[in-house]
Amino acid sequence: MNKWENNRAWLLTVPVLVIVAFSSIIPLMTVVNYSVQDIFGPGQSLFVGTEMYKNVLRDARLHEALWRQFLFSGLVLLIEIPLGIALALAMPKKGWGVSFSLVVMALPLLIPWNTIGSIWIIFVRPDIGLFGAFVNNVLGIGFDHTARPLDAWITTLLMEIWHWTPLVALLAYAGLRAIPEVYYQAAKIDGASPWATFRYIQLPKMRGVLTIAVLLRFMDSFLIYAEPFVLTGGGPGNSTTFLSIYLVKLALGQFDLGTAGAFSLIYFLIIEILCFVFYQVLKNVGKGTGT
Amino acid sequence: MMKGRKKLIALGIYFTLLFLPIYWMLNMSLRTNADILGALTLYPADPTFANYINIFTDPAWYMGYVNSIIYVTVNTLISLAVALPAAYAFSRYSFVGDSQVFFWLLTNRMAPAAVFALPFFQLYSTIGLLDTHIAVALAHCLFNVPLAVWILEGFMSGIPREIDETAFIDGYSLPRFFITIFIPLIRAGVGVTAFFCFMFSWVELLFARTLTITNAKPIQAVMTRTISATGMDWGLLAAAGMLTLVPGALVIWFVRNHMARGFALGRV
Amino acid sequence: MILDWMYWTKPTAIFFTALFLVLAAMTVWQTLAPSVPRRGFLPLVTTPGTRLFIGIITAIFIHLAWLGLTDLSLWIVFPFAVGWIVLVMIWG
Repeated sequence: MNKWENNRAWLLTVPVLVIVAFSSIIPLMTVVNYSVQDIFGPGQSLFVGTEMYKNVLRDARLHEALWRQFLFSGLVLLIEIPLGIALALAMPKKGWGVSFSLVVMALPLLIPWNTIGSIWIIFVRPDIGLFGAFVNNVLGIGFDHTARPLDAWITTLLMEIWHWTPLVALLAYAGLRAIPEVYYQAAKIDGASPWATFRYIQLPKMRGVLTIAVLLRFMDSFLIYAEPFVLTGGGPGNSTTFLSIYLVKLALGQFDLGTAGAFSLIYFLIIEILCFVFYQVLKNVGKGTGT
Repeated sequence: MMKGRKKLIALGIYFTLLFLPIYWMLNMSLRTNADILGALTLYPADPTFANYINIFTDPAWYMGYVNSIIYVTVNTLISLAVALPAAYAFSRYSFVGDSQVFFWLLTNRMAPAAVFALPFFQLYSTIGLLDTHIAVALAHCLFNVPLAVWILEGFMSGIPREIDETAFIDGYSLPRFFITIFIPLIRAGVGVTAFFCFMFSWVELLFARTLTITNAKPIQAVMTRTISATGMDWGLLAAAGMLTLVPGALVIWFVRNHMARGFALGRV
Repeated sequence: MILDWMYWTKPTAIFFTALFLVLAAMTVWQTLAPSVPRRGFLPLVTTPGTRLFIGIITAIFIHLAWLGLTDLSLWIVFPFAVGWIVLVMIWG
């Protein structure tokens, strides 16, 4: 796409840059400063160089949390993306059903994250929760997310899927709606099967929005904090201690600013590099389909 | 692809599953704590509004909602105001470092809140904004402004450049063109963006909790009051949770047509 | 002082000053003589700005890997990391 070349366009971005730089660069510099020091109290610190990074990089619990995080984000993507696409395909295309579906779909997205945790705590409790009671008493399976790691994982995943699949569905729906009617007519004339229509028309046309969906879902699930913190507190044991939960435990719980700073920066760098890869993919996908 | 009726049935099942946890919370909110812990019933046999009355008569509770609504509104307005011109710059002009700056903005959308919480606390206490609504609103700009720029840029790129050129030939200045012609054109996009800003600011917990003490304490932080030495007050927690749904539900209701149109443009 | 809470140290101050100087120099260079995006040994079309970003990020990861895997001084790997940035800037 050819745009007007004009360096004065910088002026239009100044408000954004000022506001984001204020909220981003100053705190980031502070975190870098934390990470090279051992801080005992206000104004009392000792320069320790790269000691904190060494500790963090060799922290076995952090490695566990990292792999747990990758597993969690991977599962989230594998389940939510196909489910979201299926829902988008099933949603009505016109009439009052469109508004109704959009409103219902958006509902879980607008619930504060710790309320989500609270809803699910109530929902899965074996004694007072519908889900917990149903599984334990009707299906006769001993299910307890506070005692068994596998159950805690299933609960956290269910909650995550319940919470965020609508976002994927909404984005996929937006992509579907952008496909001009003529494509479908052409497919009908060619006698294409519904699967072929999906595979060769709908899916390629949705690539742009789906990449955004994948990106948002990967990053947000990688940063997940409030919901599992409220639901499981990272337990039982450490089985649902994801990266953010571990980080907050370090920073606020033990007030170990140096280690927390080093941890934060490594965390941020991992996200930064993943973000860059996704961004490149996103740009090239956009070029390919012209959406 | 499924036939029309099968589709509707599948969608109906999904919506039912989606509503179950929310229904269960509604059920809890209409019962007393003793009743909840006593027996499991599918509907409140003896419904009581005691939990809701409790919330609406205690300023510590209802001010939580007021505080949240104030900073979310301020944040949405700031985000839109600064993101609109920037998104226009990114969609229409090429300038030195544009793609780098755009990417840098995106990385802030992905910054872990846990990383920034502590320095934020220090920063805002230094400049004396701690425990104010504007502090939370500004902090939420960290992830909402990049998102707003991103979404708006998509919508703006969908508008042909010939419209801008024609207007400039007709003697419109850039600000006048932008406000009287361009913004009405991307109305739906602005609606969708406002919705996303509202949503992400409303649901965020970590910054809101870190930056407030009493005066601007958001409802999410107030809710931790239901945990006491004597155990959880489930009924009160459920009632407070139900009320957090209301502003969001209202917002979707008002923007639903904008959303349908915005989504029809296919750029989100 | 008002900046006390930021816990500045000399090494981090030097690091950020250097970073901002490099960014400023890049901006001036690109304003005076804009570069055309091109394809080097990296699997994507890049401008010098993008190559600088890739170079710095990977150089940081090289340092982190060194820290995590060995007990040797960081100064041993430092020249290699700088060399890597230069390599990416010129042929990347």
